[in-house]
Amino acid sequence: MAEIQDKLLTHIATLARLSLSEAETRSLAHDLAEILKYAASLESLDLTGVPPMSHATEGERFRPDEPTHDLTREQALANAPDQDAGLFRVPQVIGG
Amino acid sequence: MLHETLRNKYEMVIGLEVHCQMKTRTKLFCSCPNNFGDAPNTNVCPVCLGLPGALPVISREAVTLALRAALATGCTVHETSIFSRKNYFYPDLPKGYQISQYDRPYATDGRVEALEADGTAKTVRLERIHMEEDAGKLLHEGYPWSKDMSGVDLNRSGAPLIEIVSKPDIRSAQEAHAYLTALKAILVYADVSDCNMEKGSLRCDANVSVRVRGAEAFGTRAEIKNLNSFRNVARAIEYEYERQVALVEAGHKVVQETRLYRADKDETASMRSKEDAHDYRYFPEPDLPPLVIDAAWRGDTLAALPELPSAKRARFVAEYGIPHYDAAVLTLTREVADFFEEVAKGSGNGKAASNWVMTEVMREMKGRESSEGDVSYSSLPIKPSALAELIRLIDTGAINGKTAKDVFSRMWTSGESPKAIVEREGLSQVSDTGAIEAAIREVIASSPEQVATYKKGRTNTIGWFVGQVMKKTGGRANPKIVNDLVKTALDAA
Ligand SMILES: [Zn+2]
Repeated sequence: MAEIQDKLLTHIATLARLSLSEAETRSLAHDLAEILKYAASLESLDLTGVPPMSHATEGERFRPDEPTHDLTREQALANAPDQDAGLFRVPQVIGG
Repeated sequence: MLHETLRNKYEMVIGLEVHCQMKTRTKLFCSCPNNFGDAPNTNVCPVCLGLPGALPVISREAVTLALRAALATGCTVHETSIFSRKNYFYPDLPKGYQISQYDRPYATDGRVEALEADGTAKTVRLERIHMEEDAGKLLHEGYPWSKDMSGVDLNRSGAPLIEIVSKPDIRSAQEAHAYLTALKAILVYADVSDCNMEKGSLRCDANVSVRVRGAEAFGTRAEIKNLNSFRNVARAIEYEYERQVALVEAGHKVVQETRLYRADKDETASMRSKEDAHDYRYFPEPDLPPLVIDAAWRGDTLAALPELPSAKRARFVAEYGIPHYDAAVLTLTREVADFFEEVAKGSGNGKAASNWVMTEVMREMKGRESSEGDVSYSSLPIKPSALAELIRLIDTGAINGKTAKDVFSRMWTSGESPKAIVEREGLSQVSDTGAIEAAIREVIASSPEQVATYKKGRTNTIGWFVGQVMKKTGGRANPKIVNDLVKTALDAA
């Protein structure tokens, strides 16, 4: 069980582009197991015939198709760790 | 090239995923302008930058356009659909997830009627259409730091897309091309998108597998990305088919993977970097309620749909008596269809209208497009009413077919009416038998040898006489009258 948890956690960390130390992996695996156990308590309910609910609220809101400019480029880039020529700048990515 | 025997042994199985950017004024979940080509990062806001606390609100117009696409392709539209988060990390996706639809898309089970160049009809079934937001754009070149950095422009982030997923019904590169052409025509007619591949408003991925003909099970498929023109779709499919057949023939297995098409090398190559990324951990988007499209909305949208290409095609065949293939070419866009129909109505001769539009007009259009880029039919120097008048001049015998071609080129350069050109240049057809008979007498008098040949029973020399008479009348004589009179004159000579 513990090993599966570690593997799962390493997989999720990889997907999230996180690198974790062994100690972090162990501690997070423990926390994750606790969270999953808590969520699993829902399975004790008999939900036969209850349709799945994807959202807590009913009704909807629509937006009109009217363009607005909410931010200037300077504002948009203000918190960027790196920028140049009006672009966010990131370490090189190739493909996709 | 693959040997014919292998080609006969293995069947190509293709499904296409088409991303189409809808032409709303704003993005899918925020009010930023949905504009192509603006300065980088000028059409952004907290929602499409993925800033904490910003909440998406869907555009009603985007849903209406998506609905049009679904109804125009005969899809079943679901009253309730759900947005989901597709999670992955990439610098063009500021939130770390894309809002998409997963297990409950708004439309399923449609169909597209494709028509190949040889006139073969093919129905491609659609698996589904779903709505989703676009990612931003990565810039890999053109900056002093491009060697080791990438730029990110988020103007496109959050742009409204529909993804149209076909069933694996396509069996050749030609069918893929025909399907894309038909799908594009539908989306353009229905005013969903301008479907401009160069601007990226239409993008295509292909799922390709091979199997021995007659086999029921599908082979392992590879997904080919980066197909930025219909031609490249066809070429990439062809390359991938040959690659997979070679693998299977050599006793190897096709690996399920994503491959990138490289147009410069005309080949596909594995994208190992993304292999791990297929685990998207979809879950329902908590920031958006279920999307409800009620019967009234669906009904109004259906009622407002224009005549679609397949219906127009059938009507052109029935109403104007033109072949199916011509009707298909003439309905590729609404513009050309409208142009043709005005010429057909104005001239009262659908077949001639179709011939003139498909040959002369389209050829001139092509020439113009190669030098000027996109050209609209409304900007042409020749108006449909003028072309109709030209056809009437031929049909009433005022000019002959050869003269008409000259008049057409003059109309194209000057924009004048055909009548004005014919009158000024004295091009009207000579149907006056007196003038023609005079010319015939001259020809007969100066050609005793040919007359003798004719008299020996070589009646096919009549064509030579007709040619001489036409020359004498500057090509303007009515060929039918010349033919009849030459025969009479020779028989009497
Ligand atoms: Zn925005």
